[in-house]
Amino acid sequence: MKRLLMIALCLLVLLAFVAGCSNNAQTPEDESPSAPASDDEDMGDEDAATGGGVIYFGLNYELTGANPIIGESSVKGIDMAVDEINAAGGIVIDGETYTLDYKALDNGFNTDEAAVNAQEFADDAGICAMIGPNDSDMCMATQAIVTEEGLPAISPWSTLVELTDSPWYFRACFTDDFQGEILAKYAFEYEDAKTAAVLYDMSNPYNEGIATRFREVYEEIGGEVVEYLSYNGKTGETDFTSQMTKIASAQPDILLLPNFYEEIITQTTQARDMGYEGKFMGSDTWGDTSLLEWDTENLLDGALWVGHYHKDVASDAALAFIENYHELYGTDGDPNDIVALNYDAVYLLKLAIENAQSYDREAIRDGLMSIETYEGVTGTMTFDNGNGDPTKSAVIIQISDGEFKYLDTVQP
Amino acid sequence: MNIFVQQFINFLQLGSIYALNAISFSMVYGIAGLVNFAHGSFFGISMYVLFFISTLLFQLIESTWIVYVIALIGASIVTSLVAVIVEKAAYSPLKNAPKIAVVVSSVGAGMALEYLILNIWGSKAKRMPDLIPNVTFKIADINVPLFKIMIVVIAIVTMIVLTLVIKKTKLGTAMRAVSQDRVAAGFMGIATNRVVSMSFVFGAVLATIAASLYGTAYTIFAYNVGENIIWWSFIAAVLGGIGSIGGSVVGGFIIAGISILAPIVLPVSSYKDIVAFAVLIIVLLVKPTGLLGKKSIEKI
Repeated sequence: MKRLLMIALCLLVLLAFVAGCSNNAQTPEDESPSAPASDDEDMGDEDAATGGGVIYFGLNYELTGANPIIGESSVKGIDMAVDEINAAGGIVIDGETYTLDYKALDNGFNTDEAAVNAQEFADDAGICAMIGPNDSDMCMATQAIVTEEGLPAISPWSTLVELTDSPWYFRACFTDDFQGEILAKYAFEYEDAKTAAVLYDMSNPYNEGIATRFREVYEEIGGEVVEYLSYNGKTGETDFTSQMTKIASAQPDILLLPNFYEEIITQTTQARDMGYEGKFMGSDTWGDTSLLEWDTENLLDGALWVGHYHKDVASDAALAFIENYHELYGTDGDPNDIVALNYDAVYLLKLAIENAQSYDREAIRDGLMSIETYEGVTGTMTFDNGNGDPTKSAVIIQISDGEFKYLDTVQP
Repeated sequence: MNIFVQQFINFLQLGSIYALNAISFSMVYGIAGLVNFAHGSFFGISMYVLFFISTLLFQLIESTWIVYVIALIGASIVTSLVAVIVEKAAYSPLKNAPKIAVVVSSVGAGMALEYLILNIWGSKAKRMPDLIPNVTFKIADINVPLFKIMIVVIAIVTMIVLTLVIKKTKLGTAMRAVSQDRVAAGFMGIATNRVVSMSFVFGAVLATIAASLYGTAYTIFAYNVGENIIWWSFIAAVLGGIGSIGGSVVGGFIIAGISILAPIVLPVSSYKDIVAFAVLIIVLLVKPTGLLGKKSIEKI
């Protein structure tokens, strides 16, 4: 009897956990204004894609795990674009109108789950393409699958260079090489920084990619990297005092922190506490207004980072996008880069389908390759590099008076 | 020289936080006889309650110290309640079950709580208000923020108080008795179930104190904050000898020492995890009970 009770209890705990997990995976869909198709039963076969006049894509996003804000931002951008496209009459193929919809799977910021999701999309004939993941680490876990299965994929935010080695992977953003190079040149030439230090998370290829490229270019143009330090973000490290003490004793002109924005306040606070007096520099992962909100001591004043777009130099399309965002999600804070890039990714998919006049997977890939120019929220893109990398500009953003201020635009 | 002193202060700060969490682990293990993997979630709940109480109070009260004390008491009560509920719901019924069932149950309870935090308070990271006045002293070219000193002081005071409670009070005696032999302690008229529950309350209060120090030192946290702290604290407890309070302190400071030293000594700063685990394995090979752990004889 007692044993039975015990088993029942264990099961109960397990059930509570499972319920917790699945409940949480559904949250964004429940809340999303478009209420996208989410039930496997509704689709997953040819009928869903052809019969109902609906084109489905898969969204592989980071809703839970270490950086859940990525997933939340992602789904906002996706919803905005999908709703807009459908409201404007959907996608027309050979005179027939289709609406766009998606199936979302959370990867939990976990490479295994990202791969499982990609496989599920690949196996589902009703899915024409995959958008996401956003994080480079997650993307790389899916690269082999999409290549082998021939599933066109667009990562909105992964700047990792190797991603587009696959002919099936595209992205809506610039690359780490471009980003690392801009940071190095900007630091050396415009900020007159002759010495620099780098602290990066070595457990993520994104952070490592920028750090490596920065050092390469910075040293090539005559700068000196006095400290090049790393930490393991996978173990949830929050104490960087040891590294910061070393950096502070070298007193470089610039400290590059190409890490996720959630870690930046901790890192900069510790750097200042340890006596570092120079400037901070960051990568596109800094682009969330929470950073400003948390920076109660104005430690980041004067700091620079590379972003994808800024409202001060925004096109009409981007201004409309920002306004629409405020209407839907409130006016506290502007849409971050992830929202904007996910939005652009959906439009890239739409353009590809229209170009190809088909939503066959191979046709979509060719359609993406043939996009001449797309005027997106995050700038003008052209896919003329012979791979999935768009040619697009970046903006240098400076933090001053508690705001992200536009400083400069850098053309590739 | 300056670097050395600065690093030493960093070491004390990190060691204090690890030590407090390791003690929580050790106490519950020593008394209840189980590894409480839900401890990380208790830590997480403490962070959120501290955050909400202090954010609210800072709008009404100016004195940081008063806010800190009230928030600490409030969060201790809430976390203790959660801890006792978890103990009654997920552990107590499994008292006579195989150990592995309790381990699974504790991992499950921890995850359920973590996802509860995520569902209630969302995924967006938060910044803990300064619970200790934000003042920095400059002593002979060395920057020493007040919070670093206070973290060490609060941790030491907590450990002294805890030791006194365990050594001098009736409850402490009962705890030691239960830890030595639960059955015999029951025969002597000790309400063992209540003592076990009390060990969870102690663990929860320690988690809250540790959370307040952690929040002050590292400011930004999200729903999974406990997940990150739990492994290092668990390793510290095992390294020092799980069940031994002194051992937990030693273990906490060894792990902190490795964290601080490794980036200085090693060519690649992120190798510290490898070193920490290597030390753990070596210690366990030489002394399977941990540095200060006592060998317990399993009776049939």
